[in-house]
Amino acid sequence: MSVDRRKFLKLAGVTALGLAGGAPAKVLAQDSVTPDTLKEVTEATATPKAPLVARRWAMVIDLRKCREAGDCNDCQKACHLAHNVPDFGNPKDEIKWIWKESFEHAFHEQEHEFLEDKTKHGPAVVLCNHCDNPPCVRVCPTQATWKREEDGIVMMDWHRCIGCRYCVLACPYGSRSFNWRNPREFIKELQPDFPTRTRGVVEKCTFCDERLARGQMPACVEACKAGALTFGDLEDPNSEVRKLLHEHFTIRRKPGLGTQPEVYYIV
Amino acid sequence: MHNGGKIILGLVIFLILITFPVWYNVANDRAGYVPELEKAARGDNCVRDSSYMTGFHMDLLNEWRDQVVRQNDRWEVGNDGVRYERSLSNTCLNCHENKDKFCDKCHDYMGVVPYCWDCHIVPKEIQQ
Repeated sequence: MSVDRRKFLKLAGVTALGLAGGAPAKVLAQDSVTPDTLKEVTEATATPKAPLVARRWAMVIDLRKCREAGDCNDCQKACHLAHNVPDFGNPKDEIKWIWKESFEHAFHEQEHEFLEDKTKHGPAVVLCNHCDNPPCVRVCPTQATWKREEDGIVMMDWHRCIGCRYCVLACPYGSRSFNWRNPREFIKELQPDFPTRTRGVVEKCTFCDERLARGQMPACVEACKAGALTFGDLEDPNSEVRKLLHEHFTIRRKPGLGTQPEVYYIV
Repeated sequence: MHNGGKIILGLVIFLILITFPVWYNVANDRAGYVPELEKAARGDNCVRDSSYMTGFHMDLLNEWRDQVVRQNDRWEVGNDGVRYERSLSNTCLNCHENKDKFCDKCHDYMGVVPYCWDCHIVPKEIQQ
């Protein structure tokens, strides 16, 4: 059997028509929509609260109030619970988003031999500084970490992190932790609305971007009974952080590096 | 053809062997097998129609991931005017409660191993 050009073109045309006609018919076949049942479905997940927005998120930490609270560790407990942060039980593998450091470690540039005892040995709550000029972002080869332009949060995309740990080395504050082991089984209480991480992924504080989107303050700020943590918009002259910065002398960690950290400390 | 009979016989045997899984399923009346997925626990509708979801849910999830994580765009309004949170654990699994009888059933059949669950949590699994 020989197929001449005329026959071939006819066949090809009919086949193309058939393919083109069949596909949209399938796509157009919509399921019946009943809005009542849909509302019922989404009511459980829908939140009426408007997200908290700012042009530059920042935090002011009042170490005087933190000192008075003594052994309290509520901020870390709340944060690590909310974000499924594992506890491997040894300092080598430790994962931390917010933690208490001694003043002399957190602010070694400020430390001197005759520094008053309560400050020197007192606590300093430290976390990711969400720098204006974040060195971690500069070194990330996959853009798994980046500075959100609209509000300055230094974000993490755990889908993209390849675990190269350049950011861990670049961060001068030790704010980034690496999952050397699979963290899932080391999380005491899993929170279903937040993902865990896998082995080989770097994690850190994200200023609770997921809570801000739901109109809630960061977990640590909400948990601090002493009111030592204040969170707000640095670009808004009437915000609480701006008021505190206006009224008190504040310091930042390692300002000489030029990273422009956005966590301020009242000592 | 030199040794033609043997070669043809060999080819026939080879063809029978390589198509054995097909014949086997036909013989066991499983030729038209399609995994039956559990109906959603609540609601008759999905964020998209079911024919789209069957074929392209993975594309939608990738799109959601980028919108939520990278663009901070967490909500979408369906054609019906209802707001959905773009969330696998909180929206999809809110209706399709049983991952074993919904996600896994088809993934196992298709032989695909998505890594969503390495990080994302099935709410029902931790309640147990």
